Amino acid sequence: MSESSAKDETPMIEVRALTKRFKKRTAVEDLSFSVGQGQVVGFLGPNGAGKTTTMRILSCYMPATSGLARIGGYDVYTHPDEVRRMIGYMPENNPLPVEMRVREYLKFRARLKGMGVGLSRERVDYVTKICGLGDVDRKLIGHLSKGYRQRVGLADSLVHDPKLLILDEPTIGLDPHQIRTVRKLIRDLGKTHTVLVSSHILSEIEMTCDHVIIIHEGKILENDTVEGLRQKMSSERQVVAEIAAPREELLDYLEHAAEIVHFDIQPADQDYLHCSLTAQDGFDLRPVVFEKARDSGWQLRELSRTRHSLEDIFVRVTKREEEDGF
Amino acid sequence: MRPYITLVRRELAGYYVSLTGYLTLAAIQFLVGFGFLLVLEALDNKPFDAPLTETFFNNGLFWLILLLATPVVTMRTFAHEKFSGTYETLMTAPVSDTAVVMAKFTGSLIFFLTAWLPMIGYPVILKQFSVAGTGLHWGALVGTVVGLMLFGSLYTAIGCFCSSITRSQIIAAMNTFALGLGLFLAGYFSQIRPLDPGIITDFLSHISFLDHMRDFTRGVIDVRQVVFYLSLTVFFLFVTSKSVESRRWR
Repeated sequence: MSESSAKDETPMIEVRALTKRFKKRTAVEDLSFSVGQGQVVGFLGPNGAGKTTTMRILSCYMPATSGLARIGGYDVYTHPDEVRRMIGYMPENNPLPVEMRVREYLKFRARLKGMGVGLSRERVDYVTKICGLGDVDRKLIGHLSKGYRQRVGLADSLVHDPKLLILDEPTIGLDPHQIRTVRKLIRDLGKTHTVLVSSHILSEIEMTCDHVIIIHEGKILENDTVEGLRQKMSSERQVVAEIAAPREELLDYLEHAAEIVHFDIQPADQDYLHCSLTAQDGFDLRPVVFEKARDSGWQLRELSRTRHSLEDIFVRVTKREEEDGF
Repeated sequence: MRPYITLVRRELAGYYVSLTGYLTLAAIQFLVGFGFLLVLEALDNKPFDAPLTETFFNNGLFWLILLLATPVVTMRTFAHEKFSGTYETLMTAPVSDTAVVMAKFTGSLIFFLTAWLPMIGYPVILKQFSVAGTGLHWGALVGTVVGLMLFGSLYTAIGCFCSSITRSQIIAAMNTFALGLGLFLAGYFSQIRPLDPGIITDFLSHISFLDHMRDFTRGVIDVRQVVFYLSLTVFFLFVTSKSVESRRWR
């Protein structure tokens, strides 16, 4: 997939032709991708696209109908114990026992994952610190806010020092402030762990991940870096400028400038004209337009390149698929 | 082994910190105490020839406790985890399905058996107020304890199985009760209404829980019965682990 992952001997996640069928529905069909060590990968798709199913297969909760999935070289079906030791999995909606206290729960999980008394105490202290649970570690989980519960879930998935973190919709149902905290936590964890995080919120993936896999109706539509996707979706460079200038003068310039392939002018408020300009491939129009405006004495109040957000890309990709289908 | 012990402790903690746990304990205590009262009345200046343990256990109260308490104790084992979603975090931890099933079973069984512990005080009380020997024999006591453990294991295993096939604790409890009552009645009917002699009657009288318990309370530990209850327990634990595993092939 990317050059850096090709250098690693064994990819952290390797999925080949993975298919999962339920009684009537095919949740995931012929999925293939791989994630290199140390990558933070976003798993993006609308609700019901097959994200949770894929993650459940990877975490050995349920087996696939056909195909192959390997974590760190171990097959999830034949070596579930090795795989489970290697991953920290946080399921969708982050289920927690509400009647337990935070520290009690983390200790229970650490011991369950096979750690001794001393080591589990050490690890619980550590994850409590990095997940910012110090203030609440004696509280009942049922009394915590959703943001704190999410952190407890993260702490649990981290407690046995896994190489790979699989987080299913980690920020769902949080308020913007809490989302920010959890996001930062994921970003920090991405420096030391391989992370696979799913979401249907695009800006989220954009902010936390360096790699995106877009999945729709059980199939992979795109698999690229965030930057790469942007580039792919906007091969022609578009620039938006708002200029106050005599219309004829402006038209004359735009028609004769060699760098501008296409333009469109709309009157904006006051004397300003809203121009959408398309440049030749790989050419940045902004300095040219700025210099022209300065030399001609035009007023310039906006000059920006239209960057496709992941949202546009996502909508375009999933739409393209639908159009192909009909 | 470590995950198993951790899970058993977690199960026990679940009982001993919850209101349901203490309500169950209180209810069992009430019924056991009531049974003790019946024994005392039977002893009241009357000639008495059966072992004390038999009077104590071979009345309806023991069966009532067994049939009612085990569903309540075991209903939460799997159903609650499935309902709250923690089943997924449990099953994605590096623990084998067998360890989970055995830990749930052990935890429930220990809780159920500890509910009988206050009974230890009853012989002491009896001794205090009776003139001569109380008719309490060690053999009968050991037999009774063995019987209690065997019946407890079987009914706990049935409860674990019923809990593992549903997300609802109520349904789990009702299934356990129905299945347990069915097994109990199969033998009971052959007693209250004997059929014509034949293979069915033979079979039913061989699985009569009442007869078996009477033997145990008299201090007779029959290997056939021990094998019968142990193998039934193992069978129900086996189907429980299959049902837990079924998420893999369903």
